[in-house]
Amino acid sequence: MPRKGDEVSADPANRMGWVPAPQQGWVAPHIASEFPGLGIAWVEVDAKPGRSPEPVRRRLRDLSDRTYGSQAIRLRERPIPWAYRVFYRQIGLDPDRTRTAVEQLTLERLEDGGFRTHGLPADALNIAIVETGVALRAFDADRIDGRLCIRDSAPGESLAGTPAELAKGTLAIADEIRPLGLLFGATAEGFGVDRGSRRIAVAAVQVKGVPQIAVEEALWMAAATLEAA
Amino acid sequence: MDGRGDSGGGVTTLSRMPALLGHEEVGGLVAGLDVAVDERRARQQLRRQIARLEAELAGLFGEAFGHTEVPHRVEAISAQPRLLDLGELEALRDELADRAAEGRQALVERQRLEDETRALVERMLAAPQDFKWVRVSREELGLPGCGHWHSRPRLGPIGMLMGWWRVKISSGCPLSGRLAAVDHEGETRGEAGLLT
Repeated sequence: MPRKGDEVSADPANRMGWVPAPQQGWVAPHIASEFPGLGIAWVEVDAKPGRSPEPVRRRLRDLSDRTYGSQAIRLRERPIPWAYRVFYRQIGLDPDRTRTAVEQLTLERLEDGGFRTHGLPADALNIAIVETGVALRAFDADRIDGRLCIRDSAPGESLAGTPAELAKGTLAIADEIRPLGLLFGATAEGFGVDRGSRRIAVAAVQVKGVPQIAVEEALWMAAATLEAA
Repeated sequence: MDGRGDSGGGVTTLSRMPALLGHEEVGGLVAGLDVAVDERRARQQLRRQIARLEAELAGLFGEAFGHTEVPHRVEAISAQPRLLDLGELEALRDELADRAAEGRQALVERQRLEDETRALVERMLAAPQDFKWVRVSREELGLPGCGHWHSRPRLGPIGMLMGWWRVKISSGCPLSGRLAAVDHEGETRGEAGLLT
């Protein structure tokens, strides 16, 4: 493990071996039969939220220099962003309103003139999302009970922190006990990463058309950045 | 697990058991499950069509960008992510198909317009006097940049009186370096103004 003050390499390849293997979550069978290829995987890393170190900020600047408007326009034609757009349509969302992670970040890059730093773990996730196109999100690993899964909401269930019940059949990311957040939506209160978090779970939602290797790369990239910081 | 697992596998197994199929109750159950399986196949077929249409729309959007507006928006069916039923998937497929058709039409229309404009420029170049003061921009031809073709008289009013017309082709966008120099000059003047 790197010690505080060590030079952190901007190249994730130099940090290989620090990252734990991804764990595979499960998908409710009736949902899996409707959406072959849908999956969730995650890694847990010891990391605290905070300001991003210089190598991470440099990496964001490098990414900004490599991202152009013309790429943004053609982004939806690339296989992985397209796969997420299709899945959004298939679950009733409009990907031009509720944007896919990579499209949202690319749009912000164009509007802000660069990828702005939001600290960790957001920067680590954003780098991995932009590099791979895979949708990632972070949870406080210490508050997760058991394996992560994708399932539909049971009657009477709601997201912590929101008084309204989830509509029947709402797709959510959940642990063994409760929903942690909407699939591609809000995170339940108390389960996201906050100042008190000491262990972070980075989860990747895989949909049909997204190769397994891209998911693993995204998780590894985000986890390596968090570990190194 | 909540027991809501899809029973597709079960249907296959039961369908291969003629003894059980003879039983009225089980036969009814199987028929019901068959419908469920057929519906699931229909939903999967619709999802494939949605994927194909989304790809086509993405292509049209990219192709049309900077040339024309392509209607590509299809409103969300649901505020939150959920499984869509057959009817909703069908409606979504139809909406996407409509958008794709409109997009194709918009591109064809734009292409026709650009072809006409290109022909107009050729006619202007051949006989500028027939197109007095007509101005065509590169944008109207679907070309990048800021240039334009402008039918103007040579030597101003004299050319106008004499019928000496020509097509002037502008040199394009102002150079960013020159604009920066103007800004810099402006700043310097401002500073000088403050000092005096």
